[in-house]
Amino acid sequence: MFVAEKNALSEEIESFVNKYGNDRSSLLMILHEIQMKHRHISEFAQQEVARLLNIHPVEVYSVISFYAFLNSAPKGRNLVRICQTISCDMKGKSGLVKAIERELGIKIGDTTKDNKFTVEYANCLGLCDMGPAMAINDQVFLQVTPEKAVELLGKVK
Amino acid sequence: MIMQTLRKKRTGPVIFSEYKRGDAIKKALSMTREDILFELKDSKLKGRGGAGFPTSTKWMLTAAAKSNEKFLVCNADEGEPGTFKDRVLLMELPELVFDGMVVGGYTIGAQMGIVYLRGEYEYLLKPLEDYLEAMRKDNLLGKNILGKNDFSFDIEVFLGSGAYVCGEETALIESLEGHRGEPRNRPPYPINTGFRGRPTSVNNVETLAAVSHIVMKGGSWFAKFGSDKSTGSKLFSVSGDCEKPGVYEFPWGIKISELLAAVKAKNTKAVQIGGASGHCVPKSQFDRTLAYEDVPTGGSVMIFNESRDMLHVLKNFMEFFVDESCGQCTPCRIGNVKLLEGVEMIEKGEFTFSHINKLKDLGRTMQLASKCGLGQSSPNPFISILENFKDEIFNAGNGGRNGK
Repeated sequence: MFVAEKNALSEEIESFVNKYGNDRSSLLMILHEIQMKHRHISEFAQQEVARLLNIHPVEVYSVISFYAFLNSAPKGRNLVRICQTISCDMKGKSGLVKAIERELGIKIGDTTKDNKFTVEYANCLGLCDMGPAMAINDQVFLQVTPEKAVELLGKVK
Repeated sequence: MIMQTLRKKRTGPVIFSEYKRGDAIKKALSMTREDILFELKDSKLKGRGGAGFPTSTKWMLTAAAKSNEKFLVCNADEGEPGTFKDRVLLMELPELVFDGMVVGGYTIGAQMGIVYLRGEYEYLLKPLEDYLEAMRKDNLLGKNILGKNDFSFDIEVFLGSGAYVCGEETALIESLEGHRGEPRNRPPYPINTGFRGRPTSVNNVETLAAVSHIVMKGGSWFAKFGSDKSTGSKLFSVSGDCEKPGVYEFPWGIKISELLAAVKAKNTKAVQIGGASGHCVPKSQFDRTLAYEDVPTGGSVMIFNESRDMLHVLKNFMEFFVDESCGQCTPCRIGNVKLLEGVEMIEKGEFTFSHINKLKDLGRTMQLASKCGLGQSSPNPFISILENFKDEIFNAGNGGRNGK
């Protein structure tokens, strides 16, 4: 990481800490903001958060490793999550997954070579009456057919 | 986009009956705290998250706890597979939920309300925050609400990060405090030592919505619906094999068969009541009723028709629990993996009955020995599906899996 990038990230984290306060209870909101913007929370970011909240960096890592939506290893620029829970499963989740795997040439859980997509399973998205459900970043899509899934991926920049 | 797709006009006897924003707050502030508690006691309202603890008792204990700082938390970490009623309430009727929170804050003496919104519902964050801002403008939130001198209360929304176990109230509080969402030992209960060590009442979204109606129409009105031990109505999240999935409001005590008819389910083989951690009810028991005294539920109803493979359903549930166990206590962390391995052995036809019986025993041990509700209830589908569908799963003569 270049020094300029590090400085920019430090400033950004400082602004989040200012927004939510430097109390330990702000930790998840701060991590969430970093995750949304960078799709992962790097070791450097973890150290910065720890420094500003006055806790040990391992505490930050421990929290990141616990929650499904936080990760320390980089992922693709866009995160595609497909609901795997039974109601969506019964409405044709498998066909959806296969179509996406074929189209992107990767297996579920992997990231495309151009780093554009990471495709994952998600546990119940709470859209069971309109499955199968799929999320691209923070947008959710309902009753997604294999064809529509591929069309939606095509629209992502 | 999702907002337009999902918005519907709903009607129902209690929760979906007429309500205008701010009404319950106005009425509650004209009452004493004791009067509100008595109305709640008359209503016999029980927690709608699934555990069914009497709300009046929880609030009475929190109100009685001595502290100059208290919290009211709205548990919107709706993670149980097949449950989505809280999403509907927050999206379409936030006034019921937020007004219920203000009433709760007034009753227990809290200054701060927190909505713990599951990360999967992030798209609700902005609309909810906008809604809260509008309430502040109308003085339904903030300092001296509606001119009431000794009552100030505000609400914040906190976004979860994808952990099913955070629906457990002490894990939820750990998460709010910026820690891993691992459940605490109880006692102490949150009513004494909750968020930041202060008395905290954690209530389900639907419970708070019911409170708004109870304040307006009275506890005895509410208790007229449902049965003696299960008063009022319940929102059911219906999904799976039926023509009309969605959220329905029915009074407690409705028969499973009546519910199936209402959602136009055909050729139904089984219904999973209460989500993955609930119980699988076979066709022969469809005359049972949904109520705390018979088949209790947090509202999840998943319907399986004749074509569904129940072992596949069970495997899906056990994979879910292996994923979502927080890993803190051994019965849950290892037990769920062992149960899933058992399901996979059956799937491959490489099992012995003596081993499966041992696993059922292990399941009963988990129910007793796990630290929180997750591990205590995750063996439910394993035990109930293998028991209720043993012909299908084990008996080749019935066209079961091992005969295929």
